[in-house]
Amino acid sequence: MIDLGLKKPRGRTRVVVAMSGGVDSATSAALLKEAGYDVVGITLQLYDHGQAMRRPGSCCAADDILDARAIADQIGIPHYVLDAEERFRAEVMESFADSYLAGETPIPCVLCNQHLKFGDLLATARDLGADAVATGHYALRVDGTRGPELHCARDRNRDQSYFLFATTRAQLARLHFPLGGLSKAETRAHAARLSVPVARKRASQDICFVPEGDYGAVIARLRPDAAQAGEIVHLDGRVLGRHAGIHHYTVGQRKGLGIAGGEPLYVVRLQPAERRIVVGPREALACSVVSLRAVNWLGDPLTDAERAAGIAVQVRLRSTQGLADARVVLAADGSARVHLQLAQHAVAPGQACVFYLGERVLGGGWISGAEAVPTAP
Amino acid sequence: MQAPTYLDYNAGAPLKPAARAAMVEALAIAGNPSSVHAFGRAARRIIEAARGDVARLLNAPPSAVIFTSGATEANNAALNAAAPGRVLVSAIEHPSILAAVPQAQRLPVLPCGVVDLAALEDALAGPEPAELVAVMAVNNETGVIQPIEAVAALARRFGARLHVDAVQAAGRIAIDMQCLGVASMSLSAHKLGGPQGVGALVILDGTRFRPLIKGGGQERSRRAGTENVAAIAGFAAAAREATGLEEPALLAPLRDHLESLVTALVPETVVIAAASPRVANTACLSLPGVRAETLVIALDLEGYAVSAGAACSSGKVKVSDVLQAMAVEPEVAAGTVRVSLGWATDGAAVEGFANAWARVAERLLARGSRARMVRA
Repeated sequence: MIDLGLKKPRGRTRVVVAMSGGVDSATSAALLKEAGYDVVGITLQLYDHGQAMRRPGSCCAADDILDARAIADQIGIPHYVLDAEERFRAEVMESFADSYLAGETPIPCVLCNQHLKFGDLLATARDLGADAVATGHYALRVDGTRGPELHCARDRNRDQSYFLFATTRAQLARLHFPLGGLSKAETRAHAARLSVPVARKRASQDICFVPEGDYGAVIARLRPDAAQAGEIVHLDGRVLGRHAGIHHYTVGQRKGLGIAGGEPLYVVRLQPAERRIVVGPREALACSVVSLRAVNWLGDPLTDAERAAGIAVQVRLRSTQGLADARVVLAADGSARVHLQLAQHAVAPGQACVFYLGERVLGGGWISGAEAVPTAP
Repeated sequence: MQAPTYLDYNAGAPLKPAARAAMVEALAIAGNPSSVHAFGRAARRIIEAARGDVARLLNAPPSAVIFTSGATEANNAALNAAAPGRVLVSAIEHPSILAAVPQAQRLPVLPCGVVDLAALEDALAGPEPAELVAVMAVNNETGVIQPIEAVAALARRFGARLHVDAVQAAGRIAIDMQCLGVASMSLSAHKLGGPQGVGALVILDGTRFRPLIKGGGQERSRRAGTENVAAIAGFAAAAREATGLEEPALLAPLRDHLESLVTALVPETVVIAAASPRVANTACLSLPGVRAETLVIALDLEGYAVSAGAACSSGKVKVSDVLQAMAVEPEVAAGTVRVSLGWATDGAAVEGFANAWARVAERLLARGSRARMVRA
């Protein structure tokens, strides 16, 4: 039985569950309902589905909203849809486009969690008299001696803590992730036991508002004048070809450069001002120091010594990558420098660098730059 | 938990016992009303009796009544015969009018929520003669009564015919279709305490008409398809109870009590169109600075069912076009919900609602003021 560890009796503890229409958030809701909480399901309508999928005349409700409603009905909880279209466009889609056009590789899911799910939804939950908000994320919220901590999910293969690094302490204090302590098999067993309808098969999509992964088309729609062709230049200065817009490329990319023959070449960096893509050999992707902006620190308050010398952590520089040992030096202005023990390849601006100490997430920041510092002789 | 309280009659009233009884009785009849045999005749009898009951609601001849699947179909059918571009509609019409004639010229409304008669006259006097004018009798969101008599007189003067969506007016104000000189009117059973899925287009003989649904010769070839006998029987029962207009006299003091309670408990409350001519059952309330969708959800969780704006199929709430047309301040419009009373509403429901309103407002306004402080 799930227990959120709150003081109030469960029957008088209202928990808003952010329901995406998928099986995970549904199982979260069902477990909380089973435990006796006063559960309210809310789904955010993030964008006009018909418009996003360019299906004129289609209903404005996406399948996931209809799924969420049906699931809530089956679980026996009230369910509501909040119109978050304007905010999603402003906070997520616009910056997604701007980020790509600035030569970055953005992660819109983090912004959505930060501003909509844990920003607006948390505020609305408070308006509705809710004591807590739960989601179907695979992460753990652990109550430490100095307040709530964010930890990796018990099932490391499903861990989503990377996407939650921007969650503030104040947000975390009201958030719960009931699935974070469960293995995949346990979640499945609970879903079956509680008759949570298994979500229909969806087309695999990395980003919910980008149909068929064609983010170039989405950017073209958001920023019609932005696609500007330019040169593909080798690190040594040779012009190797032309491209149709830097937003089609990401650091570390090898395929699709349209350059024939010779040594394998990778995108080393994107230069938006010159509309230039710089390519080079794999070695050129190596970097030892990563700069971050808008750092969210979730660790314990730092001592002066830690501020000056930095903290030993492990970092994840891409959602799909493993951990790397590093030392993080935080600055007062919210930026940070990450000194990697071993050089990493293809660190892309716009991605997140998330700090871990064992199971615990100490926060993270947005990658603003990467430098190759030559190792001392 | 206490049973929730229903205060959303303008969206649909609960089925009246008399309507339920009439439906159950009608469901026992086997025949198709178009059949020649005794069974068919029994079904036919129900429909023809119902036609009279519904006609009496509007003082129309029974032959004018065409039973439809609801007011949306009735409105679409009424507009079906009009030539595109020659229709004038008020800006506060129901979507079943606005979407049926998207090219129609929209008539503005005054800030009080009443259609601008001077603008109507100007539009009618324009170079392109209008063929049809559509103005609703009572607005669904504000409850504001429209000056149908004056609209009809203007339409007549300029040779245009008038269609009136009377969905929110039937049973709430006296309507005499023949006296008013209205060519057609639409009705919905479930706003009267009848069942959902049935309504009527009441259209006087000689009015230009083109059937929307073609097929068999039912409804004098004006609406094909086997009649929904049980629903029509329920509609008639509800219409019979509505004809005497006893309900408004009971609801007016309840609505007034509700408005005085909420404004006394929560002085920030704005009553929309308070000084306008309104039907007795509707209170359109705003908490400026609060989101209507949050209000509706919070009140639902408190056990009070009300609604806001026009709900989209997904359930999300958009800012009301009606309030925009009335030039209600955006902050006020964004925080407006509709509370509508009906035959099963009592004083306890009204007082319970007012208390829930106060509880919800206290929570929401406290947060709002904090946000304001942070910004300042």
